[in-house]
Amino acid sequence: MMRVGVVVFPGTNCDMDTYHALRLVGHDPVYLWHKEHDLKNVDVVILPGGFSYGDYLRAGAIARFSPIMNEIIDFAKKGGYVLGICNGFQILLEAGLLPGAMLPNITNSFICKEVFLEVINNNTLFLKNYKVGEILKMPIAHKEGRYYISKRELEELKENNQIVLKYYGENPNGSLENIAGIINKKGNVMGLMPHPERAVEEILGSTSGLNLFLTLLE
Amino acid sequence: MGVFGLKEEEIKHAIKLLGREPNDLEWSVISVIWSEHCSYKHSRKYLKDFLTKAEWVEQGPGENAGIVNLGDGYRVVFKIESHNHPSAVEPFQGAATGVGGIVRDILAIGARPIALLDSLRFGPIEKGRNKYLFEGVVGGISFYGNCIGVPVVGGEIVFEDCYSSNPLVNVMCIGLLTPGQKSYRGKAEGKGNLLLLVGAKTGRDGLQGASFASEKLDDEVHKKRPSVQVGDPFLGKLLIESCLEAASTEGVIGIQDLGAAGLVSSLSESARRGRSGVKVYLDKVPQREENMTAEEILLSESQERMLLVIKPEKAEEIISIFKKWDLEAEIIGEVIEEEKFVVYFKGEKVVDLPTELLVDGSLIFDPPYKDYEVPNLAFDFGSRVKKEHVNRFLEELVNDLFIKEKIYRQYDYSVQTNTVFSPGFGDAAVLRIKGTNKGIAVVVDGNGRYCYLNPKRGAMYAVTEACRNILCVGGRPLAITDGLNFGDPDEAEVFYQFRETIKGIDLASRALEIPIVSGNVSFYNGQAENTIFPTPIIGMVGILEDLSYLIKPGFKVVGNPVYLIGDFSWLSLGGSKFIKDIFGKIEGEPPYVDLIWERKLKFFMEEIRKERDIVLSAHDISEGGLLSTLLEMSFWGEKGVEIVLPSDKIENLIGEGSGLIVVEINKDKEIKYLDFIEKYGLKTQKIGIVKEKEFIVEPFIKRNINEFLRRR
Repeated sequence: MMRVGVVVFPGTNCDMDTYHALRLVGHDPVYLWHKEHDLKNVDVVILPGGFSYGDYLRAGAIARFSPIMNEIIDFAKKGGYVLGICNGFQILLEAGLLPGAMLPNITNSFICKEVFLEVINNNTLFLKNYKVGEILKMPIAHKEGRYYISKRELEELKENNQIVLKYYGENPNGSLENIAGIINKKGNVMGLMPHPERAVEEILGSTSGLNLFLTLLE
Repeated sequence: MGVFGLKEEEIKHAIKLLGREPNDLEWSVISVIWSEHCSYKHSRKYLKDFLTKAEWVEQGPGENAGIVNLGDGYRVVFKIESHNHPSAVEPFQGAATGVGGIVRDILAIGARPIALLDSLRFGPIEKGRNKYLFEGVVGGISFYGNCIGVPVVGGEIVFEDCYSSNPLVNVMCIGLLTPGQKSYRGKAEGKGNLLLLVGAKTGRDGLQGASFASEKLDDEVHKKRPSVQVGDPFLGKLLIESCLEAASTEGVIGIQDLGAAGLVSSLSESARRGRSGVKVYLDKVPQREENMTAEEILLSESQERMLLVIKPEKAEEIISIFKKWDLEAEIIGEVIEEEKFVVYFKGEKVVDLPTELLVDGSLIFDPPYKDYEVPNLAFDFGSRVKKEHVNRFLEELVNDLFIKEKIYRQYDYSVQTNTVFSPGFGDAAVLRIKGTNKGIAVVVDGNGRYCYLNPKRGAMYAVTEACRNILCVGGRPLAITDGLNFGDPDEAEVFYQFRETIKGIDLASRALEIPIVSGNVSFYNGQAENTIFPTPIIGMVGILEDLSYLIKPGFKVVGNPVYLIGDFSWLSLGGSKFIKDIFGKIEGEPPYVDLIWERKLKFFMEEIRKERDIVLSAHDISEGGLLSTLLEMSFWGEKGVEIVLPSDKIENLIGEGSGLIVVEINKDKEIKYLDFIEKYGLKTQKIGIVKEKEFIVEPFIKRNINEFLRRR
């Protein structure tokens, strides 16, 4: 079983939800406090959603300078598994671990709703339990989730099969090419805007996120 | 500032109680804490007779929030609060700080805030400042709630002329205490214990906010901007986490939030509850601005601050928790035996007042009241209604659904992963309780139009409707928090409305055995000539002892019979949404409320839900009549329905009434259902069946629900 760490920045608000989802499938995760430099020997680092540092300046822009981010960047460069959800995705972009940027939603408002996603590639640990073409249902909850990347970099993303999740049906926030989740070239770092940790129980409307957390048990 | 907002008799009363003339600063302190907002001087006398106790009530009114037992060590904590005045001046910050304020009330109990509901009233969106106010308020709630990670799970939004320029913003917060988690009171006791002020620095914002909320708004309303506080949800989130961490240590005696009247009310109320006194050194208060006066520090309503009363030997440990979260944490004084509020500033004693005088000493006002005439139903609408009216009304109902959906999408409803269905879906919101198989159902309800036409009946209706809403999702109602919104209590008709409303709430709460455990009164609403309708908002919490009792909203299975519990003859046009929307009239008697029937209905629903497979969906009749009920059930379940009304009387379709519920019954369990109905002495009649897509209400409507759903 892989050891999973959940990072807590000031203003993170999905840390407990992510922790709960991990516990539900049988993990024994640890919290990683932003001021520390110790990753506690984890195999996987999850940056959960929320409003780190209040999202002042720009979502994820300040969290990226937290002490623990130095370790996370080193960890990722050495091939360690890193997953950023929502605000966590934004932080990974700001930290340069993933390419591209987030713009405010095309509606210019916060959007919280269930959306459908299509698995485009499963060439990463996090999605290997899903089939390509599989349709997932998960909530989104963000104000800055319109993925943007330059044309040249977009070609590169496509060439390397780095686009892993796309919005299916409706594109809720105006993301370029309906992009909802991407990975780095090596596939050990992934970011997605929707919340898999909010889709792990039937009573809450969807179990599409379960396989993501179950993979980490292997 | 000295004396402000006090009447001549109150000034004399203060001097008499104190036995001397207070100094200028003391006058400021007395003025602010004797304001209506802090002292409830017009309402206290009436609120004290409410039913507040039940076997499951752990803490009733008088504290920061009510506490209700859910069994197995779980307790739910809740309260509703208004932020009307600030929202009228600066809607975004007014609403945002309204959320922040009620969240800190729950936090003061030591409970984690797990959900928010908002009850909003605005003037018609196309008139004057209303659009600005509406967008600001929704934006402010979204801004604050989303950032602190407390989901907005439900609420209501009503547009009515009387709320033009004076919106009502009532926010209810729910908290949870898990087994073994301590609950706290806002009390200071134990000589030598320390007063720890934590959170944000104190600035000059929100000075006299409590007094400002205790007078009527005028045309100069924009000049009151300095009275409105500014919210920082990021700090609010840090405050939640740090306070919960501190509350889990052994060193905390009491916790109190800082709201209206800032340090003055927080300190003096805590001392009074603990039958102690406090000695405070204002120089110790962390200040945001330079050269603040003693008065500014004492009266500031800067947000995101809390007061903790702690044991000296644990001070270091507790302060380190707040430092870890990068918050201010400063010891500003200590608890003393003598029941006094003593304040030092720059080495001098500047305030020395008995806490009894401050907290319980204000005069009680019981002003004169007067009944008033309301328009009768002027003519027989029934005969004037044409098909096009019905079609137009249907369009409005569909539009309402979309407008609400659009608003709710701006709120994060699913954070904390407890929300069972999204807001606007179902009669009440349902949250599951992690680690158990229990759930809670929560709702806010009010109908200002009914209350204007008949305050007592309207108030009874609000309670019974909230009750039916909880029942319709499979819950058992447990307790109420009431948010009471009125005009100027010194106007006889307003005070009549207030008294009648209290009577109505009291009667219904007793008949249904649902006690009131917390609440809020907001007077002085209305601007210039505009007087608001009396608008009591009932926040109600219920329990699903087992989540399998859940009745999911919306029609489920094609071919299932649809029944009406209650009688068509109870539906009337008085005060209805239909005559208001289509004919522009607000008149007639609102629906009669038969409390005996409502009580039987409650017991029936509480029992039949336990069978799990008899009632497959349920929705009560309220605003918009049977048509609105059927439309929503179709919408939620994405199924059609075919109904045959007993006659072509228009009341059957869009008349409103109390005590009526539409249910979809499992077609294999009809006999069992009818047995239950008989056992509880209720009456019911089959009105139709669930269809695939057709939406038919004979003899008025023949449509297809895809026409509506496509517009989503």
